[in-house]
Order: sequence, then structure tokens, then C-alpha cells
Amino acid sequence: MLELTDISKKLGNFQINNISFTVEKGEYFVLLGESGAGKSVLLEIIAGLEKADHGTICLHGENLKNKTINERNIGIVYQDFALFPHLSVYQNIAYPLKNRKFSKDKIRNKIEEIAREFEITDLLNRKPDTLSGGEKQRVALARCLAMQPQLLLLDEPLASVDVRLKDSLNALLRRINRKGFTIIHVTHDFDEALSLATHIAIIDKGNLISTGKPDEIFNNPTHPFVARFAGIRNFFNASLVFENDSNIGIINLISGSKIRLATDATSGNGYYILPSEEIIITLEKPVSSASNIMQGRIKDIIPTFKGMDVIVECGEIFHVSITKTSKEKLRLELGKNIWISWKAMNGKFVNNE
Amino acid sequence: MMKHAYKLILLLLSALVLLFIIAPLLGMFLATSAPELFATARDSEVMKSIRLTLFTSLGATIFMAIGAIPLAYVLARKNFFFKKLISGIIDLPIVIPHSAAGIAILGFLSRNSVLGKAASSVGIDFVGNPLGIAAAMAFVSIPFLINAARDGFENVPVRLEKAALSLGASPVKVFFTISLPMAKRSVISGLVMMFARGLSEFGAVVIIAYHPMITPILIFERFSSYGLQYARPVAVVFILITLFVFIAMRWISGGKKHA
Repeated sequence: MLELTDISKKLGNFQINNISFTVEKGEYFVLLGESGAGKSVLLEIIAGLEKADHGTICLHGENLKNKTINERNIGIVYQDFALFPHLSVYQNIAYPLKNRKFSKDKIRNKIEEIAREFEITDLLNRKPDTLSGGEKQRVALARCLAMQPQLLLLDEPLASVDVRLKDSLNALLRRINRKGFTIIHVTHDFDEALSLATHIAIIDKGNLISTGKPDEIFNNPTHPFVARFAGIRNFFNASLVFENDSNIGIINLISGSKIRLATDATSGNGYYILPSEEIIITLEKPVSSASNIMQGRIKDIIPTFKGMDVIVECGEIFHVSITKTSKEKLRLELGKNIWISWKAMNGKFVNNE
Repeated sequence: MMKHAYKLILLLLSALVLLFIIAPLLGMFLATSAPELFATARDSEVMKSIRLTLFTSLGATIFMAIGAIPLAYVLARKNFFFKKLISGIIDLPIVIPHSAAGIAILGFLSRNSVLGKAASSVGIDFVGNPLGIAAAMAFVSIPFLINAARDGFENVPVRLEKAALSLGASPVKVFFTISLPMAKRSVISGLVMMFARGLSEFGAVVIIAYHPMITPILIFERFSSYGLQYARPVAVVFILITLFVFIAMRWISGGKKHA
């Protein structure tokens, strides 16, 4: 449906580089990346509000190059909603309909219908500055969908609403998508992306790093940035070799450390991923079934939502998640020498060749 | 103690400046008797000149606004090579002496100039004509409109204009339905400032057209021919009428508050 090919754009010191992806009809496509990654500029390029220096955008096979913004029929909802403050909610929603030269009766019927759907009937005579964040969001979506866009672009749509409202707005966005609207949604929030996306593209510093279905991307991350987004802290460039006919491979990390891993991956280069909660900390060298045992020193201890993130230096830096109780029981503190261990069954190797 | 003295000094200095503005005006009003005012208000020469002043300044403001408001929008929104130079040129009429400005306009509009000749061929003569007066008023007052309107447009978020474009509006429609209504207060303030500055112009107008006489020139003529006693009531009547007009304009434009 929408096809971006080699889109590049230079903006001061920042650049979007050769971005290509395809969005099919009915998809909920999330562009995920940190602030300043170039996501919003890309959205404005699709909408026609910014011009790409290079590359093509086709919608339903038609090149949008010579189509002005108002001819594209692509709706965009901004983070700050961009409601017109001098117009009432009714007039805001009527705006795109008037541009389409709808008759007054048709405009009124359409607004009544869409107001019922978005539960904003009571707000129609209000001015935007009297609305709450969630109400503004619903009005902005209603205004945009009133013009029946071929494609709906959402720029950080949930960033300005409080946590309580996020769930209901998430549900609203999913409902809009299920009605057949194709959505491209820009966000920096991993959970938001996972809860909404049918497809995800990850953008970092103006480059498209990864694209696909959420499980494809995050179950086998192929980039440190993707791994970090997914909350994976122990992500290493590595190579895998097998000795004899064993299915236990040896992971060689760049630092020279060797790790044993039970895997069905093929030998070669790739990434080794180890969930931080699968590593055990002990004060003495453990005698256990764990085949990976390393001695290290505590470099940092960071409180997290669930407990503590202990950063251990042992040639490589390993992140270990433990509870606050465990930290107190083991009397862990900065600089303390400890042992970390995990089984060969833990972690995985992802080939990149 | 120090804080107290500091506040006192601030108050005293502020009061002195306010007194400097109020005292001459108040003195003029107090020195003018009611019978003098009524007689002046019935003086057809005075009233004719006030009407001429109000209408020429209003005409100049409305006519020039047609080009000045789009120019202000372009300056607020677009970046181009000579933008700073153009902004400097716009401020020129404020900084050059207005009698010199009058000489420049006279050279531009006189019967010997290209424009003057072209106007003459269709029966219009700028010199000694309300059209010439309006041109002189517009020249010295237009920066007030352009600068105020530009500030107003700069305060309209570009994002709102982009949203309007994405909702199917043409750029012209975006200007008239979003940018201009949202910058309305600044634009109106600029129009009022330009109108007011036009009303008070003397230096440039006196060179283009001594006759027909606008009120600032009439006040000067009464003063130079008959003295302070005769000029003062005209000045008071002129101030009262212009004050009334400004209050009315502010009241009308401030009726609907938004943006």
C-alpha cells in the first residue's frame, strides 16, 4: 500500500539515511526509536509536510512526488494534538469536511456520527483549551478520521496523556485500526509499540535498523539498539563454534571470554543474548550444574522497578537482575568480588550471516 | 531598610516619568475653557481638517495593509537570503527624519517623476492632494503594522498550519482560516498603531501637501499665525476625537478574545 524507497533527508547536522519500508493495508505500523532518531521527520515526509532530498514514496502504486499535502489524503495527529484554538470542537472537526466542500447538512450529520463514536458529543461547543489531554486526543483523532484518510499518521499520540488514560486510548487506536484504517504510529515507548503494533520498524540516528513483526524483531534482536529497547542488557557480538559432535557450542566473546551454550544455531558470527535474570550471584565459587562460572567485581548497583540491576565486570560487563532481599542477604556493594554463573541452557545465539 | 529605599526610588523615578507625560497634556486641557472648546468644535475649518486627517490615515492604513500583512507573513515564515536586509529596510521610515522622508516621497510622486507623470495622465495629482497626504502618512507609519503583524504570525505555531494543510486546506485557505485569525490581535494592534502614527504625522506631510490642511498642520499654522492661545483648543479637540476613535477601535477589536 505505502512504499518508501531510499528516503534521505538532511536537516542541519542530522540526517535520515536511505530508509525503505513497506506498509500494507490494515497494518498498525509502529516506528520505534529514541527521541531525535528522525521518526517525526519521516512522518512529515510521508504526509508531504517536509520534502525528502532523495527517494520515492508510493501510495497504492502512485508516486506522491507531485501531489501536494492537501491532495494526498493522509491524516496526521501530532503529539500536542494541533487543535485550532480559535475554533470550537465542532468547527475543528468540520474543518476537513468544509475543505471537501461538503454541504452544511452533510457536515452536521457526519460530525454527529463521529462525535458519538468518539464519545465527544458533549464537547462539541467547547474550545480546545478547556479540554483535558484525553479529550483533546479524541477530538484530534475524530477531526483526522472525519476526512476518511487513506493513511493515518500518529506522532507520539500517547506522550501527552496521563498513564490512566493510556489504556483507554490504546483500545481506541486498536479499534480504529480494526475498522480498516492503516496506521503509522511514531513512539519512543517500547511497551506502547508492543501493545499496538502489527509491524514495527526501528530507527536509530536516522537509520532504519530493523523491520518486521514484533516477535521477529525482539525475539531475535540483531542490533544492540534493538536489544536495549527490548530490555536485554547482556547482548554481545560473538562467534559460535562447536567442538566434536556436541550440541554444546562455545561462544567466543570479543574480550576472549568463552561461554558454553546449548544451541541449535549454526557456527559462525552472530550475537549472544543472555537475560539478566538468568544469572546467579554467589560469594564463593559455586559447585552446581552451571557450566558458565566467572569471577568478577561489582561495578555498579542500580535500583530498578523490580529490584536491583547489578553490573559485574569480568572481562565483559554483565548485567544481573536480583531482588533487593538478595542484595541485602549477600551484602553486595560496589567493588566487592563475587562469582556469577549460569547454565549452558540459558541464553541464546542469533546468527547474523 | 535598603529594600525600602530601593522601592521608594523606583516609585519616585516612575512617578516622575509619568508626570512628564501627563503634566503637559493635563496643563493643556486645564488651560482650555469649555466655551473655547465648543467654539472650536463648531469651527468648520477645524472639523474639516480632522475629518481629512482621520480619513487619509484610515485610507492609507487599509490600502497598505493589503500588501503589508502578506509581507509580514512571509517575513515570519520564510527564510531567504536578504531577509535581514529587508527587515532593516522596513524599519528605515522610523529612523530617518520625517521631513527628509517627505522630500524623498515628493521626489517620487512629484509631477516630474515617472509615477507622478503616469498619475497625471489619468488626472491624479499627488502633490497638494489627499492621496499625497495618505502616501506620506503610509510611508512613515507602515513599519508599525508590518512589525506587529510579523510578531503575531511568528507566534502562530507552524504545526497548526501543517495540520490544516494535512486536513485538505490549500495554503491560501490556511492563511485566512488559521494564521490570520490566530494572529488577529497583533494584526489589529499593528493597524491601530499605523493609523495612530499616520494621524500624528507632520514632517513628511507638510512637504507633500500644506493644503488641504491636516490637523497637525492646522495646529502649527494657528500657532505660528495667531499664537498658543489659538492653537491649543484645536489640539485639545483633535486629541479628544482621536482618543475616542482609539478607544472605540480597541473595544471593537477586543470584543472576542482568543488565540
